[in-house]
Amino acid sequence: MSTNIAEATPTLIEIPGVRIIPPHGWFELNLAELWQNRELLYFFVWRDIKIRYKQTAIGAGWAVLQPLMTMLVFTLFFGKLAHIPSDGLPYPIFYYSALLPWMYFAAAVQNATNTIVENQRVITKVYFPRLALPIAATLSGLVDFGVSFLLFAGLMVYYRMPFTWNLLLLPVFALFAVLTALGVGLWLSALNAIYRDVRYVVPFLIQFWLFASPVAYPSSLVPAKWRWAYGLNPMAGVIEGFRWATSGHGPAPGRLLLVSAAAVLIVLFAGLIYFQKMETTIADVV
Amino acid sequence: MSEAIIQAEGLGKRYAVGERQRYLALRDVLTNLFAAPSWIRRREPRQFMWALRDVSFSVGEGEVVGLIGRNGAGKSTLLKLLARITRPTTGHAEIRGRVGSLLEVGTGFHPELTGRENVYLSGSILGMKKKEIQGKFDAIVEFASVEQFIDTPLKHYSSGMQMRLAFAVAAHLEPEILLVDEVLAVGDIQFQKKCLGKMQEVSRSGRTILFVSHQMNQIRRLCERVLWIDAGQIRRAGPTAEVAAAYELSMSSGNNETTSRSSAAHSKAHFVSWEIVEPRGERPDLLESLGPVTIKFVVDVRQSIRLGQHGVALYNNEGQLIWARAADNLNLREGTHEFYYTFPMLPLRPGVYSWQVSLWNENGMLDLWNCSPELIVASENHQHPLDKWNGIMNLPSQIEIHESNGVKDAAKANF
Repeated sequence: MSTNIAEATPTLIEIPGVRIIPPHGWFELNLAELWQNRELLYFFVWRDIKIRYKQTAIGAGWAVLQPLMTMLVFTLFFGKLAHIPSDGLPYPIFYYSALLPWMYFAAAVQNATNTIVENQRVITKVYFPRLALPIAATLSGLVDFGVSFLLFAGLMVYYRMPFTWNLLLLPVFALFAVLTALGVGLWLSALNAIYRDVRYVVPFLIQFWLFASPVAYPSSLVPAKWRWAYGLNPMAGVIEGFRWATSGHGPAPGRLLLVSAAAVLIVLFAGLIYFQKMETTIADVV
Repeated sequence: MSEAIIQAEGLGKRYAVGERQRYLALRDVLTNLFAAPSWIRRREPRQFMWALRDVSFSVGEGEVVGLIGRNGAGKSTLLKLLARITRPTTGHAEIRGRVGSLLEVGTGFHPELTGRENVYLSGSILGMKKKEIQGKFDAIVEFASVEQFIDTPLKHYSSGMQMRLAFAVAAHLEPEILLVDEVLAVGDIQFQKKCLGKMQEVSRSGRTILFVSHQMNQIRRLCERVLWIDAGQIRRAGPTAEVAAAYELSMSSGNNETTSRSSAAHSKAHFVSWEIVEPRGERPDLLESLGPVTIKFVVDVRQSIRLGQHGVALYNNEGQLIWARAADNLNLREGTHEFYYTFPMLPLRPGVYSWQVSLWNENGMLDLWNCSPELIVASENHQHPLDKWNGIMNLPSQIEIHESNGVKDAAKANF
């Protein structure tokens, strides 16, 4: 055991100083520290993924089953019965391309909301950049996203969707979805630490948000004059982006996307500020 | 003491009363909003509580410092501030080095994950790098003796096994500064001993340790210096023997601050004072060694005593009689007399004791004195490392092991 100590002595050379001071100012975001703790972030993501499907019969199959069933129901009722327009896409593709980012978003926001409270014990016993928790919660959902994407690729082939370069933009829109979920998740996780009501509000919030997003219908139903304002809902931008990249034709929903991008950045930035403000007292109130 | 590795200046932490216990419900905020809009009515002054106030101290590199004090005195809050878990309200502290905090055994453990997975997860949360954990993995598993079950989910472990694994991870943390909160108070004796040994090993390797414990025995064993925290402030800081003794004294005399004399000073005789004559230290009530001891009691005799009797007794702080003796046929003339008692040693476990002395004549008791101040024994402890196995005697002993053929075994241990 003494050899371990000898091995570790080199770490003594670089002594990172820490100054412990009262909270001050309105913004003291420390991204460098988060970067130093990237391994911890990785472990949090890994833990979330490991635990999610422990003791389940079909494991990651749930990641496929949920969007698949929802897609079938939407196709049957909204498509075949209500004849909601699908901008020329086959209904299964039309719905699945929206459900793919939507389901990720809904799950990531829920996970992020609960993450501070769920990790209360750790938070009150050891220091690490708290930001790692909501970030890990939003990232771990990407595994489910990836699994359900495989089915999406299958659907694309089955419906003989043309391959276009637009498809290469899908990762960009996925990133867009991650940032949206993170921005919202930062707010909700910090709020949930103080007001436990939040976790009851979130399922409603997500339900409302679903109706306010072009999942079950195309955004072309919104009057053209107001379509840019629809972009204030960042998920409208994400979903329209997905549909546009999938369909491979038509003009890019440019204005909508720009407004959405701006909205995401504002939510994310404000979320970071609010979260770090909370971070200084989170161990006292959680 | 070398250069300070921890330097705290005026640290203070204020909580709104109740804030720590309870999270808010939005409902309360809303009802408060409607019941008493703060923009109309003047805000009720919030109730605050200072868990820690104006605490300044410094710790040198490689020092092992104990934090003692009653429950709720602020020890844990201080550790939490230094560990950066929460931020101070006032003051600041400089820390030069990586801080590892061990405020709980099993931080970050998850029951669904296997032992192996938990070692990585917990190690990482406690601040180890993945490579570091890989390097120490075998040592950790061996220390915890859970080799067979390392790939079994933690929820199937016995609580003892969970605890051992948890401590094993923590024990292999190697930050420059280790903050430890009462975690050694768990587990079976064997394991506690192992943990204590590990702590000593860590401290010998030159790391700085801040250690909270209620087990004064552990404090005496591990720490060179002690900070006594009382009501959020440092009440006393200094060498372990001195501060620990003062702390124990205050704990034992908490109820009877005023020592009233049983007999009035105008009686025929009364005891005036007592002190340790030999070995003479800084304080006449503090005994720090296990050698020969001479105690002196001074009695003021106003009226000569014939055929008098005298008794002396020694009690521990639980009121248990440790030792007593009596002398009779005393003839004392008027004036001041000194009673000297010599002992080859007072093999008492460190702690607070009180003398009781009495004087009688033919007609009855003249004086009975519960001596003040109390006797503080702060000698080196030669007993079992665990408090619960510390008896009332502190006897140095020697172990020799012989084989039955009379050959002396190589193992020979001194206690």
